[in-house]
Amino acid sequence: MSVLEKIPTSKRGHVTFLVAFAAAIVLAYRTNGWVWNHLLYNAFGMSPTSRLTETIHFFFFDSVKIGLLLIGIIFTVTVLRSYMSVERTRALLGGKRQGVGNVMAAGLGVITPFCSCSAVPAFIGFVAAGVPLGVTFSFLIASPLVNEIAVGMLFTLFGWQIAAIYIGAGLLIAIIAGWIIGRVKAERWVEPFVFETKLGGQIIDTTGGLTLEQRIQMGLEEVGSILKKIWPYLLVGIGLGATIHGWAPADFFLKYAGKGNIFGVLIAVLIGIPLYSNAAGIMPMIQALHEKGLPMGTLLAFMMSVVALSMPEMILLRRVLKPQLLAVFVAVVGSGILIVGYLFNALIPN
Amino acid sequence: MIIKVLGPGCNNCKTLERVTKEAVAELGISAIIEKVEDYGAIAGYGVMSTPALVIDEVVVTSGRVPTPAHLRELLTAAAK
Repeated sequence: MSVLEKIPTSKRGHVTFLVAFAAAIVLAYRTNGWVWNHLLYNAFGMSPTSRLTETIHFFFFDSVKIGLLLIGIIFTVTVLRSYMSVERTRALLGGKRQGVGNVMAAGLGVITPFCSCSAVPAFIGFVAAGVPLGVTFSFLIASPLVNEIAVGMLFTLFGWQIAAIYIGAGLLIAIIAGWIIGRVKAERWVEPFVFETKLGGQIIDTTGGLTLEQRIQMGLEEVGSILKKIWPYLLVGIGLGATIHGWAPADFFLKYAGKGNIFGVLIAVLIGIPLYSNAAGIMPMIQALHEKGLPMGTLLAFMMSVVALSMPEMILLRRVLKPQLLAVFVAVVGSGILIVGYLFNALIPN
Repeated sequence: MIIKVLGPGCNNCKTLERVTKEAVAELGISAIIEKVEDYGAIAGYGVMSTPALVIDEVVVTSGRVPTPAHLRELLTAAAK
């Protein structure tokens, strides 16, 4: 990557780079609205009140806004997380019993860098190291459920309270679900080879010896790779959001899916299961839906369902988990999400 | 030199295999490059984050695709 070659190699160079990078993003973010207003209303003379203008404005404004948010959040989170590793988490969790172990595992699941493609090796590794099954599950559930991009987005779009509620709810679901799975003696539903696998070799800490420069490099790489993967979903999500924003009458959803409709949360969760999207892709849709009256609890439930219950991950986990355990996993996490959805619809005024 | 690329087949693993082949060709090292996708075998190396690179039965990197420069370093060091 040409950007990486240009970063000076001194420590001061790195800090300067980080500061400049942050400043550039903040500046772009602040001027974003002004740019599009000026461009569309003044330069192109479009009427601010027409639906078409609204839709187009939303589309471009949100594309830039979400793009910048993604860059900032992904970079920051990746660099911060690089100070933690799956190997160190396993060492911390080995031998911890249920209860305490579940809480630790859930917390670590949020901050440990973890790719879903590593779910199976990580699972095997945890079990082989003596981490109880329920505790392992608390980790595996918390990791995708409390998605850092989602947290950043919620914080920016809806404020710190909603973001904090999301984190708290996600942790709670992970802890309790893991604990329940531990209690039903789910070992019998794990493919036998997992327990027979001997953990050989030397365990290397994947992120222990990294220099700041390498961490910055990781951050930039991760930004590039995630953006490359999700930009089509992003555009579709923003497009849908823009359309809803411009064309759906205000309070549209209030009539059909507001708090009065008791099936609202259930339907949201069920729709979320087959959908697999990165948290970022659906954010603009969530913003627009919320604007049109869909209650926050339903939206949180929908988002959690999309990111935590994903078909590709299920298929991957089938290699180590028997169908019964997969079913228990989906049922417990799904129920947790449902409860969170209903609870927040009841508690949050709008 | 026997190089093994550990990974279940996600994009990062394929990338690692590709850049490893390129680096080996560039450096002119004679090496056999194998792809290991079996979870039992991967766990046997103590690897929990894929993709990982194993050179002559020693795990040299795990969890990410190293830069071409870093990769060349690792290969050169192992070739000695």
